[in-house]
This record gives sequence, C-alpha cells and structure tokens, in this order.
Amino acid sequence: MFLRKTAAPAQLTSQQAERIRRIRRSGAYILLAIATVVFLLPFLWMVTTSLKSDEANLAFPPQWLPDSFHWENYERGWFGSLPFNTFLLNTVLITALSMLGNLVSCVLPAYAFARMRARAAGLMFAALLATMMIPREITLVPKFILFSKLGWVDTYLPLVVPEFFGVALYIFLLRQFFTTIPQELIDAARIDGASELRILWRIMLPLSKPAIAAICLFSFVGNWNQYLESVIYIRTTEKFTLPLGLAMFTDQYATQYNQMMAVALVSMLPIVILFFVAQKTFIRGVTLTGIAGR
Amino acid sequence: MSTVLARREARRFHLFVSPWLIGFVLFTAGPIVAAVVISFMQWNLLRSPVWVGFANYERMFSDPEFWESLENTFQYGLGSVALGVTFTFLLALLLNQPLRFQGLFRTVMYMPSVVSGLATALLWLNILHPDYGLINKVLAAVGVQGPGWLASQEWAIPALVLMSVWGAGNTIVIYLAGLQGIPKTLYEAAEIDGAGWWRRFWSVTVPMMSPVIFFNVVTGFIAALQGYVLILVMTEGGPGNATMVLGLYIYRHAFVYFDMGYAAALSWAMFALIIAVTLIQFGLARRWVHYEFAR
Repeated sequence: MFLRKTAAPAQLTSQQAERIRRIRRSGAYILLAIATVVFLLPFLWMVTTSLKSDEANLAFPPQWLPDSFHWENYERGWFGSLPFNTFLLNTVLITALSMLGNLVSCVLPAYAFARMRARAAGLMFAALLATMMIPREITLVPKFILFSKLGWVDTYLPLVVPEFFGVALYIFLLRQFFTTIPQELIDAARIDGASELRILWRIMLPLSKPAIAAICLFSFVGNWNQYLESVIYIRTTEKFTLPLGLAMFTDQYATQYNQMMAVALVSMLPIVILFFVAQKTFIRGVTLTGIAGR
Repeated sequence: MSTVLARREARRFHLFVSPWLIGFVLFTAGPIVAAVVISFMQWNLLRSPVWVGFANYERMFSDPEFWESLENTFQYGLGSVALGVTFTFLLALLLNQPLRFQGLFRTVMYMPSVVSGLATALLWLNILHPDYGLINKVLAAVGVQGPGWLASQEWAIPALVLMSVWGAGNTIVIYLAGLQGIPKTLYEAAEIDGAGWWRRFWSVTVPMMSPVIFFNVVTGFIAALQGYVLILVMTEGGPGNATMVLGLYIYRHAFVYFDMGYAAALSWAMFALIIAVTLIQFGLARRWVHYEFAR
C-alpha cells in the first residue's frame, strides 16, 4: 500500500522518487523470496524424503537429496498393510457430512442474529461469543461421558452430529456478513410478501457467497485434519480417518519416513488444491465479514 | 411496530436460532454443568463416581507437575504470541504490497496451516532433529553448533514456538483482511501532510490495525493455551516434563489415566487462566488499541 504511494516530498525530483520506489520494490521481492524459501523448504524436504530408497532413508548421516527417485514409495505407503483407501473414504464421508451440517446449522442462526429482534437476542449472542472462549478441555470429558452413555463410541456420530448444531465462530462470521447487506433490500422483499426463508435463500445467501466459501473452506480443512476427537472416539482400524491412519503408520513403521511422507503428501493434496482454487474468494470473504472492524 | 408483529418476529428468531441453541444446551452448557459436578468426584468411568468434595482441587494445588505444566503453558503462550503476532504482521505487510505473484506468495505462506497437524509434527521432528535436522545442518554449514531442540529441556519450548509461527497462516489472512480495510484516503492525507513511509506506518497503519492486532493477540493466546495436539504427537510432554503443557496434562489424566474428576478440575484451572489472561489483555487494550468508531 505505502509502496505504491511512496513519499515524494517537495525537495525530491520525480526521478529520485522513482529510484527509491524501485529499490523498495526489489527489497520487498527479496524478502518475500526468502520467506517463500523458508515456508517451502519443509515441503521440499517432504517430497525428497518421500522419494528416497529405504537404504537412503536409513543412511547415516541422512542424504538431503535422493540418489534415485523411488516413486513406488507412494504405492507401498498407500496400498501397504494399512487400508488408506478406506481411510480416505471415511474422511470424505465425515468431512462432507460435517460441512453440510455446518452450513445448514450456521446460516439460520446467523440470519436471526443479524436481522431479527427478540428480547433474549442480546443475551444469546453474548453466550454465543463466550463459547468461543471456553477451552475444549472443559467440555471434552463430559462430552465423552455423554457420547459413551449414548453408545456412540466407535461410531462417527460424536464427530458428525454436533456439527449439525452450529459452530459459534462460523455463526459470528456469517452474522457480521449479513449485517452489511442493505436493509432496504430486505424490506422491499418483505413488502412483496416474501417469507423469511425466501429472503434468506434469494437475497442473503447469493450476496454472501464469499463468506459461505470461507466457511466451507474452514469447515473442510478443520474436518479433514480433525485428529483429537477421532483419536478419542474411533477405536476400530477400519473406521479410521486419514490423520489416524498416518498416526498408526508412524507406530508401525517408525523408520519408514519415505512411505510416511508420501502418504502425508497425498492426504493433504485435496486441501492444497482447494486453497489454490478458492484463495481469492477466501481472503475477500474474511475482509467483508468485518473482522477487521472489531 | 405492532406487538403482534414483534411477537411474530421474536417467534421466528427463536425458531431460526434453535439449531444453535439446542446444540449449546446439549454440547456446551450441559457438559459445562457436568464438568463442575465431575470436578468434585473421583471417577474412572468404570466404577460409579465417588463424591470427594474439594479433594481434586487440593490435589491440584499441591501437584508439582500441574505447576510445571502451568509454567510451560505460559512460556509457550507468551513466546508464540509475541513472535507470531509481530512476524506475521510484517509478513502480511509484505503480502499486501501490489507486487507480481501476490496470490502465489499468499498461498505459499498459508500452505503450512492447511497441512494436517500430524504431517506437520512428523515434518518438524525431522527439521528439529539435533543431529541431522534441517535447521542444525544449516547452522553447521555456517559454523554454528545448533542446540538439541526437542531433545533438550532448555530448547524444547523455543522449538515449539518456532513451529507455531510457521503454521500461523490464519493470522496472516486476518491481518491481510485488516490491511485491505484501511481507507486509502488516510494515507493520501498523511502524504499531503508530508509524512514519510515510517511516519505513515506508525501514525496510520499501526493505529488502524490495532483492533486487528488485538484480536490476533487475544485469540492467539487462547489457541496457544489450549493447543497441545502437536505436542502430544511430537514429544508426549518430554524431555522430562519440559513440554508438558496444561492441555496435554488434562488430556493425559482424562484419556490415559481415566482420572475424570482430576481432569475436570484441571480444566477449570485452564478456564480460569484463559479468563484471567483475556481480562488483563482487555484492560491493557485501553492504552493501545485505537477504535475508529466508539461503541
């Protein structure tokens, strides 16, 4: 921002100002290049490790680059003794259901908090915000007890069902977004006799696409990588998710870093692709929700 | 508005809010009440619970491992928030410049935070290895003997802090959103007044961003105090108890020792800690956070 609008105090000629601007811009590129290397190096390490032979993997001191490329590590890791296809399917199922649950259960309360008046509304909103502050640990134990009494342990129900009852952070995010939509639009629709659901569906949602996209992405990433609750509730290997499968992998093949990294890379691929595609919408979504103004 | 309409609107409000409200009662408020009750009991889930009064809390106060974990939690929280908030802010300033490949740079910086926590853990175990880890190899190349990182009591927490900064993509995204929200006219006005780059940074960017910085400090601290999954996978609290943070200590008592009463009591200690830290931050905020619109 302030690079483009470099100061040009009166005593500087435009030529001098241009030179300063150029120096600053190349400085920014150099810093970004260094940061990129730092942020990407670990990924390069992952990729090279995933391509090493077993011998190179165990070699001491370890080699930084593989002497030959062992693509078969991907096959061996994925189709080895652990059923990663099953883990992938389980993860897709849980993630899809949770995303659906989040969308359905966050849109309605967000609309209500943004556009409807009721006596207890303020109090409820304060409670909503407070739940964002409560450590997970506090509810972890009673929730575990609740779900084990219900006989839900070793099923996906503890992972999926709560997702259908709203996530405070997403409701808050959407609510901020809904409040930016002009009231005149809603009033006009109401005068035309549109129901609240119709207003939500035809006016609020189309105008909130970036926010919806952001929530989809948050929800996808969160559920795809969800580890803690899966570890607590899922016991049977066939029901494991990708993060759980990876964890088991390290127990069984503590020294097979090459296969481990191969599987880790494959299992994060969908998220990276999704982010590449949704990057612009994602950042815009956060901008417009008004987090900045808080 | 007539009372009939108001009542109808209120009824709709309750209907629309009900998914969250039911979930709040079932999965948040209910468990919170239960957690209070359980913290006064001794219970291993197998036998029926026994009422023990304040025994769990008394045990907590005389438990040296609890105090140790509290200290570790603070060190990790302070370190990761202080380093994270400043480093990601500078990075976001850079990423906000109208440069080429902007989208690519942003994606790269965000990537680490979408990597599964577990892959991150495995990766950093390699990077931080005392002998053949990436960091110590680079240090050795310039003639510096690197520390033992996770293998050393002294360097284990700093190593985790370093790792947390690497994965702070969400913070960067929120900073970027904030930077995009600063009205351009403020910079133009400052420029007309003859303010240089540095002056504009301190007089426009920092004050305008202070609510966002504050947001990241508060949520960053909450996340740091609660976070332990990576630590669980990477060090299991070791070496010794050097990385035993409060979250991990609670997890261990609840799901390894099945000592539910003590775990619940420890949870309340964490809640108290978070509330205290958050209130202190809100108190300090009055001195440095600038709000454009007084509420």
